[in-house]
Amino acid sequence: MPLNYFLILAAFLFCTGAYGVLARRNSVLVLMSVELMLNAVNLNLVAFSTHMHKVAGQVFALFVITIAAAEVGVGLAIVLLIYRNTKSPDLDRVEQLKG
Amino acid sequence: MWEQEVAFWIIAVAMAGAAIGVVRSNNIVHAALFLVVVLAGSAAQYILLVAEFVAWVQVLIYIGAIVVLFLFGVMLTRAPMREERGKLDNNQRLAGAVVSLFLFGVLVVFLVDAFGNDKIKFDDSLVHLGSTQNVGNEIFRTYVIPFEVVSMLLLAALVGAVVLARRD
Repeated sequence: MPLNYFLILAAFLFCTGAYGVLARRNSVLVLMSVELMLNAVNLNLVAFSTHMHKVAGQVFALFVITIAAAEVGVGLAIVLLIYRNTKSPDLDRVEQLKG
Repeated sequence: MWEQEVAFWIIAVAMAGAAIGVVRSNNIVHAALFLVVVLAGSAAQYILLVAEFVAWVQVLIYIGAIVVLFLFGVMLTRAPMREERGKLDNNQRLAGAVVSLFLFGVLVVFLVDAFGNDKIKFDDSLVHLGSTQNVGNEIFRTYVIPFEVVSMLLLAALVGAVVLARRD
């Protein structure tokens, strides 16, 4: 089975996530797109782990999953703060630093 | 070997469609459910790649915990269930599409150039490679210090989330 199948699928997921981060206004949806990108990276790591018969890639995928969980926890706390301060979950309402 | 390729293509098409659903849906809850399809699809791909432990961790942590957190986020920000078209997007949709298509093109060209001839060889030793025993041995022998660092990071994230979200 060609290794590229998995790599190109992961590249597609990553680019979809990048589009979501750029084009979404709602902060929860931006976090979901970030998860898509992290998931694409995991797919790459596991595919290379199987290809090279080394378990290190799977261990790194586990670390990425853990850090994604931590990131979502802190990210949602920040989203909650944004919602509390601007009364809206939209990211373009966060403009206090705009000159 | 062809059964694996058929399974790969079915799952890959479902994942790609659901990924587009995540970034295009006009309903936040639908986007979260599309995200479940993508995450379950990648767990299935891990099973195809004989990485069973990572696959089950993916199901438990991503689908079990992270998606629930997202739904809590949707609930706490009082997102309307139904939005009119484009309300959830900002006005950089065209630029975002150009950037991501360009990125995808560049990635595909380089991946085909670099790994075009590589084939994954499946054999019985892979069953041991992805087993819980082998992954656990590797984590607690070679990667024990990063593992402890990750536990500190999780503690810091927990305390940080509590401090940020506390109301006073």
